Amino acid sequence: MDIWSTLNDTFLDWGSMKAVLPEMLKVGLVNTLILAAASVVLGTLLGMIVAVLALSRKRWLRWPAKIYTDIFRGLPAILTILLIGQGLSPITRHWWGPNPYPLGILALSLIAAAYIGEIFRSGIQSVEKGQLEAARALGFSYTSGMRLVVIPQGVRRVLPALVNQFIALVKESSLVYFLGLLASQRELFRIGQDAAATNGNLSPLLLAGIFYLVITVPLTHLVNYFDKRLREGRPTDESGKQDVVLKELAHADHR
Amino acid sequence: MPTIAENNTVAAEGYAAASLEVTGIELAFGTNKVLRGVDLAVPAGRTACVIGPSGSGKSTLLRAVNRLIEPDAGDVKLGGESVLKGNPDELRRRIGMVFQHFNLFPHKTVLENITLPLRKIKKLGPEEARTAALEQLELVGLSNKAPARPGNLSGGQQQRVAIARALAMKPEVMLFDEATSALDPELVKGVLGLMADLAQAGMTMVVVTHEMGFAREVADQVAFMDHGVVVESGVPEQIFTAAESPRLRQFLSQVL
Repeated sequence: MDIWSTLNDTFLDWGSMKAVLPEMLKVGLVNTLILAAASVVLGTLLGMIVAVLALSRKRWLRWPAKIYTDIFRGLPAILTILLIGQGLSPITRHWWGPNPYPLGILALSLIAAAYIGEIFRSGIQSVEKGQLEAARALGFSYTSGMRLVVIPQGVRRVLPALVNQFIALVKESSLVYFLGLLASQRELFRIGQDAAATNGNLSPLLLAGIFYLVITVPLTHLVNYFDKRLREGRPTDESGKQDVVLKELAHADHR
Repeated sequence: MPTIAENNTVAAEGYAAASLEVTGIELAFGTNKVLRGVDLAVPAGRTACVIGPSGSGKSTLLRAVNRLIEPDAGDVKLGGESVLKGNPDELRRRIGMVFQHFNLFPHKTVLENITLPLRKIKKLGPEEARTAALEQLELVGLSNKAPARPGNLSGGQQQRVAIARALAMKPEVMLFDEATSALDPELVKGVLGLMADLAQAGMTMVVVTHEMGFAREVADQVAFMDHGVVVESGVPEQIFTAAESPRLRQFLSQVL
């Protein structure tokens, strides 16, 4: 069939996949993981700060957080990445040269922080008022009550949403390619795209896609795991453990 | 001796209870005046029960006493000293509070619920805090639940833990805000028994309650609140059998 052989040539050219595989593993995967992990860490830290500011009782702290969130959630990611990545590079050039990586990570983190801030805020706000009241009645200050009692509970509740945001970051890390990367800095998408252009078929991009799935699909299952644990509760004491045993027995019966 | 008490738990504890005196407390949420000049004096080691219809300001009064909500006017004296000027966090360390919905920290174990404030506020070491917490759990009869999460306990057990958590801080006064209202009927007695024991052991207590039996048997004095003021107060005998104000008589006819 003509159509099949065309599709086969376009997507399943094993030769070009095999040729790009080592680079994909050693350069692309590593760089994607570095970009994603760095912006997950930085984005989560910034997001927590944004959330705490947004929940502040002082208006002059709340407002900047809200404006920040509106801006970075409202702009297309690619536009933010170009504005920050290219726009700030004449300034940062003095510190780390023309390397686009730090600014790319910064841009990704700033975007992520807007979303993560909202996730944390909704989680923290969902914690019953009585929790802070009880902490305060024991003599905790507002700050330590939030830090030790309210925020840990709020964060637990939004773990699924948080991991979803991490998945989005893994995918968005491909956008730093627009900042122009050195050969050694290329991430999965860029390597796939370069190889696709050279070979005249899309098989290397398909391979890049598979690599993305290898990262994101386990994360999706992590979301489901957290979600399940949040709904069913974490087994901790004897009675809880017993519940787990009973459930496992029930599952065994089904098998 | 009150028949409600269990006499097997906290009675042996010595408490450094202080007197509590509330004078002319006023508090408004916006234009809604919730407290309009409340007076209440509880001598050290005595128990006052506050009764009254919903919305009469009973719970707000407790929150004004430990400044969870700052009163607009009036004074609160603990052990004869005015406490409205100083640091509210310091004040709350001297006053224990027990809530209708227990408000245990669900992400901590029962033991950690008690050790957390001991560690962070009293600055006890891990071992010291653990020992003190287990001692309190023993007093409320729940030392076997130390490693459990609050969510796996019955309401009555959770409230006992909440009382232990408050007592572990060695408060001078205990406030109870409808401590048994959220409990299943069969669990109420155990918690009330514990509270009665605590009263007998000489803790100064202010108990907001709908349990008239408890007020009658355990309280040294009963204050009836309505529309943000104490309408009538006196010894239980007088309140329950010789009420003077029509509003109190009407209230009692509805709840008894």
